[in-house]
Amino acid sequence: MARFIALRILQALVIVFLVATLTFVLLHLAPGDPFGAQLEMSGLANSELLERQRRNFGLDRPIYEQYVRYLSRLVRGDLGVSFAERRPVWDAIRARIPNTLLLAVAALLIDFAIGISIGVAQGTRPGSRSDDALSLVSLTLFSIPVFWLGIMFLLIFAEALHWLPAGGATDPVAYPGLSALGRVWDRLTHLALPAVTLGLVGAASTARFQRAAMMDVIRQDFVRAARARGLPARTVLLRHALRNALLPVVTLLGLSLPILLSGAVLVETVFAWPGLGKLAVDSIFKRDYFVVSGAAMLSAAMVVGGNLVADLLYLVADPRTRGER
Amino acid sequence: MKTFAQRLWWHRRTRAGLLLVSILVLVAALAPLFAPYDPTEQLDLVTRQMNPPSPAHPFGTDFFSRDVFSRVLYGGRISLAIAFLAVFLSITVGTIVGWLAGIGSRVVDSVLMRTVDAALAIPRIFLLLVVLALWNDVGITALIMILGFTGWFGTSRLVRAEVLSLRERGFIHAAHALGIGKLRLFIRHLLPNLAAPVIVTATLGVGHVILIEAGLSFLGIGVRPPTPSWGSIIQEGQSLLAIAPWIAAFPGFAIVLTVVGFSLLGDGLRDTLDPRSR
Repeated sequence: MARFIALRILQALVIVFLVATLTFVLLHLAPGDPFGAQLEMSGLANSELLERQRRNFGLDRPIYEQYVRYLSRLVRGDLGVSFAERRPVWDAIRARIPNTLLLAVAALLIDFAIGISIGVAQGTRPGSRSDDALSLVSLTLFSIPVFWLGIMFLLIFAEALHWLPAGGATDPVAYPGLSALGRVWDRLTHLALPAVTLGLVGAASTARFQRAAMMDVIRQDFVRAARARGLPARTVLLRHALRNALLPVVTLLGLSLPILLSGAVLVETVFAWPGLGKLAVDSIFKRDYFVVSGAAMLSAAMVVGGNLVADLLYLVADPRTRGER
Repeated sequence: MKTFAQRLWWHRRTRAGLLLVSILVLVAALAPLFAPYDPTEQLDLVTRQMNPPSPAHPFGTDFFSRDVFSRVLYGGRISLAIAFLAVFLSITVGTIVGWLAGIGSRVVDSVLMRTVDAALAIPRIFLLLVVLALWNDVGITALIMILGFTGWFGTSRLVRAEVLSLRERGFIHAAHALGIGKLRLFIRHLLPNLAAPVIVTATLGVGHVILIEAGLSFLGIGVRPPTPSWGSIIQEGQSLLAIAPWIAAFPGFAIVLTVVGFSLLGDGLRDTLDPRSR
């Protein structure tokens, strides 16, 4: 088992390394000098910052040397310099990570709560009318553009009903003067709409996945045996079937992260949520390339990390997988 | 024994998907016939600015007094065309890469598949942001290329798995023993067997790309104004949400309807084409 864990960690590191290589290749595939546009945009021509960046990148050196330099800087946590913010990319990104994580975790909880409930309800009685109706619901959820759903929620809950704030992570005026409890409440009200938007759309895939898992389990012999023993249907469902059908959800933790983070880019933009995605989008318009690539690499690292955690959790949750490999 | 078409038609959801997709494609293709106005024409800035939906303007008018209904129709044309072409591109690339990985040596296979692993680890929108940050002001053609070349990873994995399993089948061994060339083997024997899963992926992929393109256009880095696309109309509508909510609302319904159609069709095709699920 220790060997398996070590192997998985190694695999994860290889993927992160390849992601870094991919962004390097993309940078060099692009037409023109990556610094030219930034230079024009920021009006920082001949500035010290620009020179440092060029020197750091060693643009005059052969490509393999540039690559080695690039990797060694990455290992040291140096993602380059943000021209627009005039500070290291890592500093700009670091400030945004907690917000994106908060949004992602809240959305994931909503996603799982709704998705698993729908999936279990469907998988328990496959082919029934309620199964049909619920798959139409999850199909529709799946087809809704997440940013549009956010805008419609804004229209209803912020513009029309005035129940919730329209954007941001906190109230810019009132927040500093609030008590501790008031601050928590302020944050929650700001989090509600973006998290529900992201969670609802994600729930569609979770429901689909959970339906299949439930159908799988319900056909198995031990469920039939439990029924044959005359146990109440409710006990069979909750104690025997559901416990086993929930296992695959752990894998979903890894699988839904890329979708969630992609969606977060759009949702953060709609709700002016100061996260990683919003930073990346804003940086595109400022031609601040290294912030965009840094955010992308970080999001990939989160996905790889999520998958790793999911695999390890699975190992803990399912004793059957421990003996293998 | 029913024919393929009969089976497809008999499947209630596939039928719904097929009808929905056909109608939408037809309406989009014939947008000039159905659209009452020119999608970019500013009709009358004084009297027709941000008019609510009415018989003359079923979806209302926008800030520049343009007819939102006409814009949604023309926008659908752009969005569907982009999605079709991008998916065609990514399916082609994915099939070729998957085939190469499937028949290639272990080194070729692992290099290709590890690259795919890495590409799939970057959330799609972030990957597109990186590319779009480097190529400024992309036109529609470049957008199609970018969407196509960032969308083939999943397909290549699927095709590789199919090729690996097909490779062990008797008819491939037989063809191989007869001394048939690799390319000929691929075109005559592998490709027909790959068709079913690839068609399903492509159908579901169109819906997916429509959502992504709409997202990019909404962010302002996809289809640029004044060309209408569903995403960019929604973006224009967001700033006017309080005064003219219909601008953002209608293109969203169009997207939902289209993606539902392609998902129904794709799922139905899978059920009909895949002998294992019948």
